[in-house]
Amino acid sequence: MERKVVYPQKLLPYLLLAPQIAITLVFFFWPAGQAIWMSTLLQDPLGFSVQFVGLENFEAVLKDPAYVATLQRTFLFSFGVTALAMIPALLLAVMVDRVVRGATAYRTILVVPYAIAPAVAGALWLFLFQPSIGTIAYPLRLFGIDWNPRIDGTDAMIVVVIASAWKQIGYNFLFFLAGLQSIPKSLLEAAAIDGASEVRRFWTIVFPLLSPTTFFLLVINITYAFFDTFGVIHAVTQGGPGKSTEVLIYKAWYDGLIAQDLGRSSAQAVILMVIVIGLTVIQFRYVERRVHY
Amino acid sequence: MTSRVLPSLKPGPHTLIPHLVVAIGIAITAFPLWVAFVASTLSNPEIAQAPMPLLPGNQAVANYGEALVQGGRSGRILTPPVWEMMLNSTVMALTIAVGKIIISILSAYAVVFFRFPFRMAFFWMIFITLMLPVEVRIVPTIQVITNLNMMNSYAGLTIPLIASATATLLFRQFFMTIPDELVEAAQIDGAGPMKFFRDILLPLSVTNIAALFVILFLYGWNQYLWPLLIGTDARMQTIVIGMSKMIDSAGGPTDWNMVMATAILALLPPVIVVVLMQRWFVKGLVETEK
Repeated sequence: MERKVVYPQKLLPYLLLAPQIAITLVFFFWPAGQAIWMSTLLQDPLGFSVQFVGLENFEAVLKDPAYVATLQRTFLFSFGVTALAMIPALLLAVMVDRVVRGATAYRTILVVPYAIAPAVAGALWLFLFQPSIGTIAYPLRLFGIDWNPRIDGTDAMIVVVIASAWKQIGYNFLFFLAGLQSIPKSLLEAAAIDGASEVRRFWTIVFPLLSPTTFFLLVINITYAFFDTFGVIHAVTQGGPGKSTEVLIYKAWYDGLIAQDLGRSSAQAVILMVIVIGLTVIQFRYVERRVHY
Repeated sequence: MTSRVLPSLKPGPHTLIPHLVVAIGIAITAFPLWVAFVASTLSNPEIAQAPMPLLPGNQAVANYGEALVQGGRSGRILTPPVWEMMLNSTVMALTIAVGKIIISILSAYAVVFFRFPFRMAFFWMIFITLMLPVEVRIVPTIQVITNLNMMNSYAGLTIPLIASATATLLFRQFFMTIPDELVEAAQIDGAGPMKFFRDILLPLSVTNIAALFVILFLYGWNQYLWPLLIGTDARMQTIVIGMSKMIDSAGGPTDWNMVMATAILALLPPVIVVVLMQRWFVKGLVETEK
């Protein structure tokens, strides 16, 4: 799509673009290029000699059992966050769609957690789940559940999944509600007159018509779980206990800055880049087809 | 033929279940916030004697005062006073939001309303930044910041985050919908490109700017990895980072009343912005994802 009427100036557009292009080159393209270049180098531990090793860093990373374990953990974490953030959101949206009064007030409250920083969300849930004093941990102990996210990896994972999902429910809710409200009421009325029960109407009409929204949210939530939950993990568990809550982003940060293994950390960064590119391409290709509403 | 009753399509007693489910949803949403608020008004011994009371205590003034003026305990040292960290967060959030809006509205204007060599190449350069978040280029970015002497400065905290594709894409999309007749009329009246931008395009963009502002303010205020990397000096800490440092991750003693008071202070500004500017916030969410 192009405009027909434009301004003829030749120099002005470059001046207008200059600030953004300058920042993009210095802080995006240069470091990204460096990351790709460094991923092909092997540095000796003291940093005296550097050697070009091609794809060996990638081979080393992908064959490393610790990396594979982190990859699997990241999938588990992302699946948990996505499911826990989307299913309750859909349920709430279906319910709010049916009430006439109070929908706006409900929306306001449900969307509040979206405004909260991931690390703060993590701190709130960590406090509820603190072994000896937490408001949720206390009754768990009364029921005889030996709960301690500081020691038990599964408990720690549960806390970071809940905190990450809690933050995202309001966002999903907004999009599901918008999707539901765009479904023509006449369709539902026709099905009701034909005698379709409420549950049947949901699965045969509402849910299929919502599928573009659902797919879109799936991509957004997976991206969120992969890349935006660093704050939750860093503030709540620091990847621990052991490595039980270490996800890909956390490992790339840890290996690069704490363990200072530049080659392997860069290889991890490049793998992450490929994942982002994949998710972005899916999102944009799909958006073109979403135009009908 | 008898007409059937279609209760579920009409409001009536049937809406009881929806209200109930939504009430439970809201309770779950609000519960952590309520507990955090209550904890921020209690003394530490009151929190430690489980179960913690679920009604506010009388330590609110003492706790918030101590956090704001003195800071909280982080291991053996104190964090900077929370008001200083809030100031850092405010500077960061506002600079990022305003800076992003300015540079992206200018570049969208250039790309849409002019024809010049490499126009699409520039557009793609901006678009590709979507695929290069900080998280995937941590180490080399720090090297660049160090070389430019921007560690522990407001410039380092904000300028690198000011470029992004989302805002440019949004403005570009909006500018495409401006009718050609409007531009022609302006040109016939002798309006040059900057006058057209200032007197026509900018006023038309106000709602888009407001929507973006809400989204970008949240983005800037809630940053974590970036200030963690760039603001290593205590006096450059943001409130979100400061709060997380008050939690002893080794499992040692944590002053939970201080942590929760700081958490409340850290979440209040973005929550207030979202609630007050809700209409623009929803618009911003929907538009930036298109």
